[in-house]
Amino acid sequence: MTRPSVAGNRTSGAANPLVDYLLRIADDRLVLGHRLSEWCGHGPILEEDIALSNMALDLIGAASALLALAGTVEEKGRDADALAFFRDETAYRNALLVEQPNGDFAVTIVRQFLFDAYSVLQLDALSRCGHADLAAIAAKSLKEDKYHLRHSSDWMLKLGDGTPESHERTQRALDTLWRYTDELFVKDAVDDATAALGVSIDLDAIRAQWHQLVADVVGRATLTLPTSTVRAAGGRVGRHTEHLGHMLAEMQIVARSHPGATW
Amino acid sequence: MVAPAVITPDAVYEILGSVMDPEVPVISVVELGIVRQVTVDGARVAITITPTYSGCPAMREMERDMAAALGAHGITDVAFATVYAPAWTTDWMGPDAREKLRKFGIAPPSPAERDGLITLTRARAAVPCPYCGAKDTQLKSEFGSTACKAIHVCNSCQQPFDEFKPL
Repeated sequence: MTRPSVAGNRTSGAANPLVDYLLRIADDRLVLGHRLSEWCGHGPILEEDIALSNMALDLIGAASALLALAGTVEEKGRDADALAFFRDETAYRNALLVEQPNGDFAVTIVRQFLFDAYSVLQLDALSRCGHADLAAIAAKSLKEDKYHLRHSSDWMLKLGDGTPESHERTQRALDTLWRYTDELFVKDAVDDATAALGVSIDLDAIRAQWHQLVADVVGRATLTLPTSTVRAAGGRVGRHTEHLGHMLAEMQIVARSHPGATW
Repeated sequence: MVAPAVITPDAVYEILGSVMDPEVPVISVVELGIVRQVTVDGARVAITITPTYSGCPAMREMERDMAAALGAHGITDVAFATVYAPAWTTDWMGPDAREKLRKFGIAPPSPAERDGLITLTRARAAVPCPYCGAKDTQLKSEFGSTACKAIHVCNSCQQPFDEFKPL
């Protein structure tokens, strides 16, 4: 990437709906990738430390490509670094699910599984969308995320159908994070506006497929699918939980302290 | 070195064939399949590359290595562009590259998945051990020392080994 530009508004959303649409896809991956990177050096076993770091790398790589594309579409001179490091919390468009803290390993795995199941279905649909550059990035990322989904669903089975302690913790994580899943499938004005540009995916169909997949794995893991209808949303329009600001402060401090630095 | 009188795409490919993957220093960037296109316009060379994995940290290093190798042959006007489609696949690696991997102690990739979108369990044959050739091996993790590798253990010679994982 070239020298980061700090031009552009730090807080406001994008006027172009396609930019907002791309930021939602990019920010999910950047934020979750950063969360996973927090495990680096702290994994429960060496192989898992490596796996979580590898998945972080894939997600941040995808985010970088998507942010670069968003910057190009926006035409305000912001590159991927400018969008990652010089947007404030309220300009981030990720879903609330991915910004939730790592918690114990069960929380990290449940969060990852719920997202991976969504991501694979979403990227598959996007790989056939009407925007060639977005479709290309989605098709590439899909291949990597299939590995992620296999990994996180495997851990769901191990933890859910493991010891009483791992079962209880995984169920608790599922019950806690469930409220953030609805937001992944809610259509709003941005989706309607990009659909008019030929860029859209069938979120209702993806929700149904996702639910079936999640129910299948949860059942096989001897866990119980939550029935609570409590929902939390707002990430897609920049209203985040208290956790994102703290995460971004750590993620952005070096770039903001030394704008334009290279190494 | 003085620039060759006429630069041809073939000459560029030949030079790039000497640039090794920094993480797997027995196969070149050409064998790896990341060089998608080379065009030459007079002294200007345009190289199109595609990333192996989205976040592979070696991509920029490989770009620098390619520029340096070309520079050593007097080719200094080089521009790189990145494309994402068609997505990189290990299926682009030829038999020679696969054999080099095996000799280096990395099991070469089996054919990339052609099965459905959701494959929660992978039903595929055990990866043969690159050291002793035994087929009695087990997968330890689909994530290894670099983004492109998985970790296996040979039950016969007891040697842990990397697999270049199919993508």
